Parts: sequence; structure tokens; C-alpha cells
Amino acid sequence: MSIDAEVAWLLAGLAAVLSAATLVGRLLQARVSARSNGGESPGSALSPATVRNLNQRIGAWWVLAIVAGLALLAGKAGLVTLFAVASFLALREFVTLAYTRRGDHWALIASFFVIAPIQYALVWVEWYGLFAIFIPVYAFALLPVASVIRGDTQRFLERAAKVQWGLMLCVYCLSYVPALVTLEIPGYGGREVLLAAFLLLVVQASDVLQYICGKLVGRTPVAPAVSPSKTLEGTLGGIALATALGAALAGLTPFAAWQAGALALAAALAGFAGGLVMSAIKRDCGVKDWGELIEGHGGVLDRLDSLVFSAPVFFHIVRYFWT
Amino acid sequence: MSVRSISDSRAPSAQAGWSGLAQRLVCGVVLLFVRLITGLRASGYPQRAPGCRRVYIANHRSHGDFALVWAALPEEERAVLRPVAGRDYWQRGAIRRFIARTVFNALLIERRPRERRDDPVPAMAAALERGHCLLVFPEGTRNDTDMPLLGFRNGIARFAQRCPEVEFVPVWIENLNRVLPKGEVLPVPLLCRAAFGQPLTIAEGESRAAFRDRLQGALLALSDGPVEEGQSVS
Repeated sequence: MSIDAEVAWLLAGLAAVLSAATLVGRLLQARVSARSNGGESPGSALSPATVRNLNQRIGAWWVLAIVAGLALLAGKAGLVTLFAVASFLALREFVTLAYTRRGDHWALIASFFVIAPIQYALVWVEWYGLFAIFIPVYAFALLPVASVIRGDTQRFLERAAKVQWGLMLCVYCLSYVPALVTLEIPGYGGREVLLAAFLLLVVQASDVLQYICGKLVGRTPVAPAVSPSKTLEGTLGGIALATALGAALAGLTPFAAWQAGALALAAALAGFAGGLVMSAIKRDCGVKDWGELIEGHGGVLDRLDSLVFSAPVFFHIVRYFWT
Repeated sequence: MSVRSISDSRAPSAQAGWSGLAQRLVCGVVLLFVRLITGLRASGYPQRAPGCRRVYIANHRSHGDFALVWAALPEEERAVLRPVAGRDYWQRGAIRRFIARTVFNALLIERRPRERRDDPVPAMAAALERGHCLLVFPEGTRNDTDMPLLGFRNGIARFAQRCPEVEFVPVWIENLNRVLPKGEVLPVPLLCRAAFGQPLTIAEGESRAAFRDRLQGALLALSDGPVEEGQSVS
């Protein structure tokens, strides 16, 4: 089967899942409306607001799936472009909430218009040696200098750290998704786009499955101080199902089923950790969502928060054991 | 539409031919640029009744403020908006003159009463008469301090007293000072917000100082308050 045909099958499967989700969402909507018309029926945990939000989320998922699908069909160029844009939007959301001063202006300009484009150019030209260290070494050393030249030392460490964290989370970590396409795995030549598709599917499915499991059987809060909506049951159930999904999708990858399952587990765990850390940052900044770009979800970072940690972890495990 | 019959002062949508095309192109580019850099979110815009005379008042921290308020308005309202700006600043140099006159269609006034040859009040009233809406920054200059808002100048209340039928709509611009601080040329992409408040008019017998303070309070009330406790984080 050609790579395009494989991607097409994958997208058809995704469309089928989303169609089913849309149907369920409509049914729930109908039930909630009927309930509100015909008196209360106790025992159902689903509030009308939850159902409305669910339907918004499903609608946004269609858009996200179509955008990601087109990028996957366009191959490396599509993925690099998609994630370069995502990084731009994510960094814009991050810096909006970070404390910066006028003295950081040049550092911020450089982050958006120099560092981020160079990082994606390095992915494009497949210069791994520089790609992997560019932001942790060169941006780390350069940007505080751009701020210190302006001579404002007030809360300097905090400002420098926030700019660096923004770049690490929104640019460096996210650029690992298109970088998967540049891995040269013996016997897998030409199908690397599917590796990125595998990661995206597993991590996003893990999020969705955690949400569903949490809504259905969630009781025990897992991190009430950070993210009150996350439950132990939801987290464990979602991660277990995502692991099973990863094993089932082994055919897309160069891995055996158990290896694909193990990698999916690692990605889902890193994804959970990423989501938790990003929630803590939001809580620190006193906001509920990073932005409002994606209806029902929040900002771009709200949707990508679990990829932030899982993409580099997944990349480096694969790179270490398979190349 | 009455707006399209404006003859002596151009409204962007009112022109035909090449200059009209160029005008629309420039507007489209500015709009795209503003949205790309600021991801602009506008909230609470109060509809304007036909023929109603309206002045927007906004906080002023950046050169981009006019473009942001302009971009936050509905399309037909964008076409009639004119900023009121200081002549001493915008007449200096060919580039500033071009921006003020050709791009923004600014109504230039003398800021310092002692140097005034013509009173800005009749000029502003005449622009409203012709169907324009005005944007005024009542702080009088760009706010470069750590305070959220500088004290309003007296001119705005003086204008309200002379034209009591005019409604004033406060617009709070959030974050644009970080996008393009005073003295910088390149903008940093950051999310910005334009929050509109309800229209205010001067009451019968209300003093200038009282109305000025009321305007100032209404504008400041639109700024981001402290985050409420107990908000859930998803």
C-alpha cells in the first residue's frame, strides 16, 4: 500500500470515529433538552453546559482533524508548516500571560522572528546536531543578553526564565513532531510521516479517552490543587486505552505490537505530565485557558499541552533504539 | 447609505476607482496584520443607532491603538471612523503627515490651548455632522507610566458640554503597549483585547469635572480586574 493510501485509510478511520462522536453528541443534546423540558431526572451527571461544551469540542475536532490530515498528506513540508504555525500561535499565547518588561522587547522579537524560524528551518534541512541544541544552548545564552543590554534588572531572572520556557515549550518541544519525519529507520524508508501520525493519534486519543473515562466513571481527583477536572479513574483508563490503541496501530510503525504499545504508554504518560505542568502554569497565571482560538477547547496550547512533553520523549526513545 | 454621500472628507469605502481599490487593499493588509500580531478579540460592542453621533474614547499606550480600535469595529463602522490626533506631532515630517492624512484620515487638532488658532470643538462637531465617528484619547498623550490610566484632559468634557447629544463609548485596549511600546518599531505578537463599554452621555446640569471623572471611571472599569478565586482550570 502506498503511503498516501495508508494516510487516507487513517483519515477515513478518524472521520468514522468523529462521525460516531458527532452522533453521540447530538443524542446527548436531545436528551438534555428533553430532560430540561420534562422535569429533572436525577442520576445523570451530564449538565447542559457539559453537553454544549462537548459538542463544541467535537466540532473543533473536525477542523483540527482536517487540518492535520491535509498536513500529513502534504508530507514533511505540510508537517513543518503546520507546526511552525502552531508554535507561533502557542508562543503568542504563552508570552501574553508571561511577565515581561519593555527591556525584553528585543528578546521577544528575536524569539518570534529569528529563533523559531531557524528551529523549523533546521528541521527542514534535517540538521539534527544543531536542531537538538539550538534553543537549549544558543537561544539560552543569547536571549538574556538581548534583555540585559537594555539595562533593566528588575525581576530579571524571572523574565529571562519565562522567555526561555516559552521557547522550550512552544517551539523546541513542538518542533519534535515534524522532526520525527527526519528519522532514518532501517526498513521504514519513505513512511516516516506515519510515525508522526502515530504520535499525534495516540497522544490526542489519550487526552480524549481520559476525558471520556473521567466523565463516565471518574470519582477520585488526581491533582485537585492543579487540575480539579482530572480524576484517577479517567487518567488510568485513558492511558490504558491509549496504550491499547498504540498496540493496535503497530502496523503504521516500524515497531512490533508490544513495542508500539510501550511507546504509546510512554507518550501518554509524558502527555499526562505535560498537561499537568501546563495546567500549573495556567493556575500560576490565574487563567483557565491559554486562549480562545479553538472553540470548546480554549487556546492552541490547551490542545497541544500534552504533546509538549511527549513529542521529544517519543522522538528520543525511537531515535535511540531504532536508528 | 448616507455615509457614502460624504464628499468633503473621505470615508474609506466611499471612494471609487483606483484610489478606492488602493484604499481597500491597504485596509485589508492592516486588518490582516493586526489580527496576525494580536489575535484581536473584541467584546461588548454596543450597536450604533442610525444617525447617532458617537465618539469612542480609549486608553493610549501605543502607536497601534488607533489601528486596533479600528479593527475591532464592525466593517461598516470602520469606514466612518476618524482618530483625533495632535497636530504638533503628526504634522512633523512627510511620513507622519502621510500616515495621519492618507492612511488614517485623522482629524488633527492643536493640543496646547495657547498655540491654538482654531478651536477643535467645531471641527469635531462638523466631522460628526458629516456622519463620521471619532476616536479620542482623552489622556492627551501616550501613557508611558506604570499607572493603568493617566488623568483625562478637560477638552473631552468641554466638547460634551457643547454637544450634549453626542454619546461617548469607552474602549479599553489591553496589552497593545506590550506589542508595540513607545519608541519601538517592530511589534511582538501578543494577544490583545478591545473591550467596549456602554455609551455615556452628559447629563443635564452635570459639571465638566463630574462628567470627565465618570468617563474615566467607565473606561477604567473595563480593564482586567483581578482573577476571581475558585476558577476551575481544565
